[in-house]
Parts: sequence; C-alpha cells; structure tokens
Amino acid sequence: MRKYLSFFRLRFSMGLQYRTAALAGITTQFFWGAMEIMVFKAFYEAEPESFPMTFEATVSYIWLQQAFLAFFAAWMIENEIFDAIMDGNIAYELCRPIGIYHMWFSRSLANRLSRALLRCFPILLIAAMLPAPYGLHGPQSMLRLLVSLLTMALGLLVTVAFCMLIYSLTFFTVSPKGLQILFTSAVEFLSGGVIPLPFFPERIQRIMELLPFASMQNVPLRIYGGSMWGREAVNAVCLQCIWLVVLIAGGSSLCRYAEKKVTIQGG
Amino acid sequence: MIRRRGAACRNSLRLYKHYISINVRSMMQYKASFLLTAMGQFLVSFNVFLGIFFMFQRFSRVKDFSYSEVLLCFSIMLLEFALAEMWARGFDSFSGMVRSGSFDRVLVRPRSEILQVLGSKFELTRIGRMLQAIVMFIYGIIQCDISWTFARICTVLFMLVGGACLFTGLFMVYAALCFFTLEGLEFMNVLTDGAREYGKYPIGIYGKRILQLTTFVIPYALVQYYPLLYLLGKRSSPVYIFLPLGAGLFLIPCYLLWRVGVRHYKSSGS
Repeated sequence: MRKYLSFFRLRFSMGLQYRTAALAGITTQFFWGAMEIMVFKAFYEAEPESFPMTFEATVSYIWLQQAFLAFFAAWMIENEIFDAIMDGNIAYELCRPIGIYHMWFSRSLANRLSRALLRCFPILLIAAMLPAPYGLHGPQSMLRLLVSLLTMALGLLVTVAFCMLIYSLTFFTVSPKGLQILFTSAVEFLSGGVIPLPFFPERIQRIMELLPFASMQNVPLRIYGGSMWGREAVNAVCLQCIWLVVLIAGGSSLCRYAEKKVTIQGG
Repeated sequence: MIRRRGAACRNSLRLYKHYISINVRSMMQYKASFLLTAMGQFLVSFNVFLGIFFMFQRFSRVKDFSYSEVLLCFSIMLLEFALAEMWARGFDSFSGMVRSGSFDRVLVRPRSEILQVLGSKFELTRIGRMLQAIVMFIYGIIQCDISWTFARICTVLFMLVGGACLFTGLFMVYAALCFFTLEGLEFMNVLTDGAREYGKYPIGIYGKRILQLTTFVIPYALVQYYPLLYLLGKRSSPVYIFLPLGAGLFLIPCYLLWRVGVRHYKSSGS
C-alpha cells in the first residue's frame, strides 16, 4: 500500500507544477460554462414548462461540471500509458515488483485530483459570486453537501476504473486510437457530459441511469443541484458502489490476463 | 509586371498543390490510422449532434429557430470550420515549428512563409467531420423548405468562403502568438473550438451583447447569424448576402500580426 501511496504523492506534486496551464484551463472552463448556461437559458426562455429540472439546478450542474472537469472528463485519459504500451516501455513497468493495475490506478487518480484541485477553486469562487440565476448557489443543507462530496469521490473512482478498463483493452490492439476515441465519446455522451441526463426522453433516461456511465458525474452534480434526492439518491449511491466493484474486478482481472500474454517486441 | 505577378501566383498554386499531394500520399501510407482518425472526427461532432437532437426531443424551438433550422446553422458552421482546419492546420502545429527551430529553414527558402506553413500539413482526416456536416446540411435543407434562388445559393457559398477565411485568420493569430510565447496558447481554443462548439446554435440566441461582440470584434455573426436569417427568409435585405464576405476583412489584422511576429522572430536555436 505504501508504494502506491508514494506513486500517488509523486504524481500529485508533479501535477501541481503546471500552474500556467491551469490558469489557461480555468479561463477556458469559465468561458465554456458561461456559454453552456446561455444555451440552456435560451431553451428555458422558449419553453420553461418543458424544463426537466429547475434552472438553478441546471446552472449549478454546469458550474460544478466545469470546476471538476478533470475528475470526470473521459478524454483526459493518460496518453503516457498508451505510449508505454505502444512503444514497449511497459517492459520497465513490468519489471517493478508492484501490480500494474494498482500503480496505474493510483497514478491516474493522483493526476485527476491534482488537476482538479488547481482548477476548481477559482471557478467555484467566481461562479458563486455571479448574480442569482446564473451563479452557483450554496449547498442546500449540510447533509446534501456531504452526500455530494461522497458521491463525487465515488464518481471519480468509477471514472478512473473505467479508464483502466480502456488501458487494459489496449494490450490487445495494435493501435489504441480507435478504441480510445470510441470509448471517450461514448462516456462523454452517456455520462451527461454533453447534456445532463434529465434532458433525455424519459425512457432512454431510465436505461442510461443504470449504465456505469451514469455513476460518474451525473450523481454528485445532480445531488448538489437538487434535482436528485431521497430514494433516488440512495439507489444511485448503491449503483455507484456496485459499478465500482464490478469495474475494478473486471479491469484488474483483464489486466492480469493481459500481463501474462504480453510480448515485448524488442526495442 | 502584371503578367509576371500572374505567373508567380500560378507557380505558387502549383507548389501548393504539390505540397498537398505530398501530404496526402504520406497519409495514405497509414490507411488504417487515417480511417480511424477520420472516424474519430466524425464521432466527436456526432456527439454534439446527438446533444442537439435530444434537446429538440424535449423542446420544439429555441428563440425563433426550429430543429431543422438549427441543424442547418450547425452544419454550415461545421463545414466552415472543417474547411479551415483542413487546409490551415499547419498554423495549429506551428508552435512545434518555432520551438524546434525548423522555421529557420522556412525563412531561408525563397518562398512566402505562409505558403510553406500552410503546405506543411493538410488534414484530410477532417473529411469525417465534413461528411457529417454535409448529411446534416442536406437534412436541414429538405426540412426547412427554403425556396432556392440564385441569391440564396450565393449566400451559402459566401458563408463557406467567409467562414473558412475567418477561422483561417484565427489559426493564423494562434500561430503568430507563438512567435512571442514559443508555445501555443490554450486560451485561443476558446476562439476556435469554442466558436465551433457554440456556433451550433444561431448566435442570436445568446443575447444582444454576444451578438455585438461577434459582429464587431470577431465577426462570427457575419458568417453565421445574419446570412442565416436571409437564408431562412427571416430578413430580406440583400445586404445580408454579402456580409459573410466582410468577414474576410478579418484576415487583414491577422496577417499584420503575423508579419509583426515574423519580424520579431528569433530563432530558438538547435
């Protein structure tokens, strides 16, 4: 466990070094959030009665999504890992007396955490200061805040576990590009990255909510905003736990299988 | 004098064609990778389309625009962007050129730098994105029942030309800034990718401020919103037909900035 923790620490402090990149990221995210809100506002003004959640909940969904983009964005996948698999550097990693799965897991987790920590506070702060309907509202209750934090942690873990599945699958292909694009765009769409899940037609939404993708950003952002609470939230947390276990079990066994079969082609 | 100019121009064009053919041939060495990347381009913008599709399952219109009208708008914007990206991608990877010092090589050749930078990359993979734009465009045209006149066809063509110019200009600014910062500014993505992403809806829906900003500062609205109004028959003044060409003027300040950048260029060595 200690060695994984040190991997985590290493990556974490490395991620914190990129401050200019973070500043650029913050401006971009802020702009993105503002535009997104304007789109939803235009729809809201056209037909407020068709809106599936309150406008305030939508706004806070968008701001949180932008602030914690590094947690949930599937395209922030680690190219280093793909490169290692492609160019054979994986051989060095296999030499180490530690499990690849756990090492990569802690590393991805640290990367996402450090990135988000650098970026989230300025965005949250500015978003909270914006005037009423366009700003991020404060937590409705202490309990809700705690549950949002818990589900956010679970959602982050599910996202990382899913990315691990993609890395493991890369062992079996020659070019990871196709797989990567296919999976990241699927995750982006099905997890509510393009439009929040409640905006989908009800029947499709019901299916989507059972998929692992809905256990990523969908749950924490909606619980904080207020469009999910009570029994629905309890179910969602259970589902998050189930998917987390399934994804980790699947990913690590796939990874173990791949480790046995991998052949390094010289170099 | 004029004849010599003409000959030089034709010569440059031939050189550019040659650049393209080199690029395409080298890309075709990796056919699978080409197809996958093109497919990826398709998938990424397909997500955006699905977003619009499902939004309109719930809402029937946004401001004054219906689903098919939004699709038409999005498809034209996407086409403009894909066109510019296809041929001006060299500017996008320009930071690498400055940092590695290979811009020195460009400068010593007796040809225009812009031509050489443009020729350094030709992204045929953007075909994936274009394909989708064309499908949506056709669907939008069928559903919108626009009565096609010569003026309207011209409007679409002008939109494509003006839009491609506008995005090319933005890519050029992005590259010109590399002369000063040595690396690409991520912030510029807001102006290119952001415009593509949020240009999917007619700019008018974002309110008056944004409309003013995109008319006078960076003229997105000239290639998107105003001609679209004419196309859909919401406005009838013929001025709207030629507005997209006005966006071509945006290339002038971009070019000047580029010139300043080239003057300012100091080789980074190596």
